[in-house]
Amino acid sequence: MFDEMLLENGTVRPHYEGFERWKTARNSGFLEGKKAEADHLFRQVGITFSVYGDDVGTERLIPFDLVPRIIPASQWARLEKGLTQRVQALNLFLKDVYGRGDILRAGIIPANRVLSNAQFRKEMLELDVPAGIYAMIAGIDLVCVGENEWYVLEDNLRVPSGVSYMLENRKMMMRLFPDLFGAHRIAPVAHYPDLLLETLRQGAPDSLEDPMVVVLTPGLYNSAYFEHAFLAQQMGVELVEGRDLMVEDDTVYMHTTHGKKRVDVIYRRIDDDYLDPEVFNKDSMLGVPGLMRAYRAGRVTLANAIGTGVADDKSIYPYVPDMIRFYLGQEPILNNVPTHICSETDSLKYVLDNLDKLVVKEVHGAGGYGMLIGPAASRAEIEDFRAKLKAHPDAYIAQPTLSLSTCPTMVEKGIAPRHIDLRPFVLTSPSGVRMVPGGLTRVALKEGSLVVNSSQGGGTKDTWVAAD
Amino acid sequence: MLSRTADCLYWMARYTERAENTARLIDIGLQQSLLPGQQREAEASLAGMLGLAELLPVYRKKFGDVNPESVIRFMVLDEENPSSIWSSLHNARENARAVRGQITTGLWETSNATWLEFLKLCDEGLPLAEPGKFFEWVQLRSHLSRGITIGTMIKDEAFRFIRLGTFLERADSTARMIDVRFHEIETQDAQAELLDPDDPEFAVREFYHWEAVLRSLSAFEAYRKVYRDTISGARVAELLILNPDMPRSIASCMNEVVANLQLVGNGNSEETRRRAGKLAATLRYLTLDEIAEHGLHDWLTTLLADIDDLGGRMRQDFLVL
Repeated sequence: MFDEMLLENGTVRPHYEGFERWKTARNSGFLEGKKAEADHLFRQVGITFSVYGDDVGTERLIPFDLVPRIIPASQWARLEKGLTQRVQALNLFLKDVYGRGDILRAGIIPANRVLSNAQFRKEMLELDVPAGIYAMIAGIDLVCVGENEWYVLEDNLRVPSGVSYMLENRKMMMRLFPDLFGAHRIAPVAHYPDLLLETLRQGAPDSLEDPMVVVLTPGLYNSAYFEHAFLAQQMGVELVEGRDLMVEDDTVYMHTTHGKKRVDVIYRRIDDDYLDPEVFNKDSMLGVPGLMRAYRAGRVTLANAIGTGVADDKSIYPYVPDMIRFYLGQEPILNNVPTHICSETDSLKYVLDNLDKLVVKEVHGAGGYGMLIGPAASRAEIEDFRAKLKAHPDAYIAQPTLSLSTCPTMVEKGIAPRHIDLRPFVLTSPSGVRMVPGGLTRVALKEGSLVVNSSQGGGTKDTWVAAD
Repeated sequence: MLSRTADCLYWMARYTERAENTARLIDIGLQQSLLPGQQREAEASLAGMLGLAELLPVYRKKFGDVNPESVIRFMVLDEENPSSIWSSLHNARENARAVRGQITTGLWETSNATWLEFLKLCDEGLPLAEPGKFFEWVQLRSHLSRGITIGTMIKDEAFRFIRLGTFLERADSTARMIDVRFHEIETQDAQAELLDPDDPEFAVREFYHWEAVLRSLSAFEAYRKVYRDTISGARVAELLILNPDMPRSIASCMNEVVANLQLVGNGNSEETRRRAGKLAATLRYLTLDEIAEHGLHDWLTTLLADIDDLGGRMRQDFLVL
């Protein structure tokens, strides 16, 4: 078990020494008191999310942990390079598979794995997206398993969420512990909405000078509504729902108090399937009929583009290192987790023989649902998965169980180590790849648990990239 | 601005104002019920208040007799009653949540905190245990919300639609309140056969009645300042209908509606603006005698229809997709 704060002998690692000194100088019970204050503030500010299955309109707080997660700046520099490289390659891959298909012809990735993938959108073939950037906003999930030893767990190229918590967590920490920030040199993150707005504006069709950017939300009762409203407000753009938009002459307009206004860039927080009932899910009430026509005519930019799911699909994930080599001619900086694709006969046999040691995930799963963590699973759960695997091997991949790093976390009995991951948010515009230092740290609050998803009781921490 | 956004801002303000007006109304009804020998009048007044919101039949079905506790349960806590303070604060907050990106952080947090605190106060039983204190709290939260709106929001379209909601709701509420209170004193006088203004008991009764009306609109001190005279129904009506400097008078509300409408005008809204302007001008030059010629109740009924028409037209011009 690798703890990011403590060495095995219990001494504090150098980059946590300042925090430890600060904490030791406080009375016992100090942090607990601040925790109640933080919860009250989060609730008042309305930083909440809803969980599907709860009553409609039930709002929950994401547990916020007061012990920061600290990453030394030198380590972050390497991560940033690796993330830049990876996202560049993923965008080139998307441009390629919806265009010339070089990587398929070269036999680097089996063509059927891409072309018959449920996330592959044939509607995107021969459709030019501005500057060839498909995933303007990417969330790459990283885990640390040892001293400066990081792995990419998954790429999120559709509608990655969580950035609002990254920003609000920092604000909260600065409000609760201003003195702590005076004593450390912590890289700021508050300019993220500025970077995002610039990215979206640069993605406008026809290089418009003053494009109209909007955020498209499924609405008030979506689990991430807070984030949609937050980002729209921080960028100073309209937050729209499908019913606020209309398409006329292949142009998207929004209904305003002064009639209809043209919309040029849509930062959409709605899945592909619900975007346009004319083309995708016909029953969707969330989307905009005709949006795809406007998109195809090059009259509007969608961020992210439609069909990015084919690049973050778990069955494509194993090929990302090869993509980096193929498109960039570079060796990957960030490690991929070795992955067994269960549709391959040899792999399936190995997976079935080692279920108690592996993590099995649904290819199209998300949110930490529908997965098996072998070492933590009961016999019955393992047998259940064995049956599923045999019935639908192509729906699953398997990976060795990584020992995620831990970080001290406030729990009922005081401070104890809990497993964490990291989701940096990577922005791509014609002028390059950019990100704010750090990202969102999620923490599995249950002892020993490796599932950090907020829908399953995970919490978050403020993430510091601090000068070494 | 998005039509839907404007609609939410407008209704956020209307519901905030409605919660306040409901609190004022019930508070005064309950206080009257504490006066000696006025039990029957107080209950009649509570019933009148329910009639004002056209809710009496629903109330009777649910609670039967009109008594203070049931009225509080119905008008404060009842989630099914669309006119309860629960519903008003809930709707105000849901509309604010839908446009939280368009209002200042302070305004959103105020609306959110009001709702959360309201639930807590209800849990603790404050509305029934200390209604006076509770209604004061509702009014203070509304003042706070308005103060934060004026003190923090840029005076753009969003601000104007909020103000339109506030003043249209308030004009409507003041008009209904005057209508009910005049009807009430007429029937009470008739029942008590106290029709002689020189009868000392008549004067005392009138005083407490109008004093309550003025207080419920925070207008008691203003009345003294403006008239420096004893309290009479006619002057109360003049103050609350025609005085343009009185913050809750109908004339003052209509002036605000006209001013804000002017600033959000679009190609479709000219007729709405004209009608609002005409109504404001009428209120400016009208005298109480002229109102009396129509009969107060009839005049107020026409006025309420005009206010309603303005609300409907605004929806057509700006808010409906």
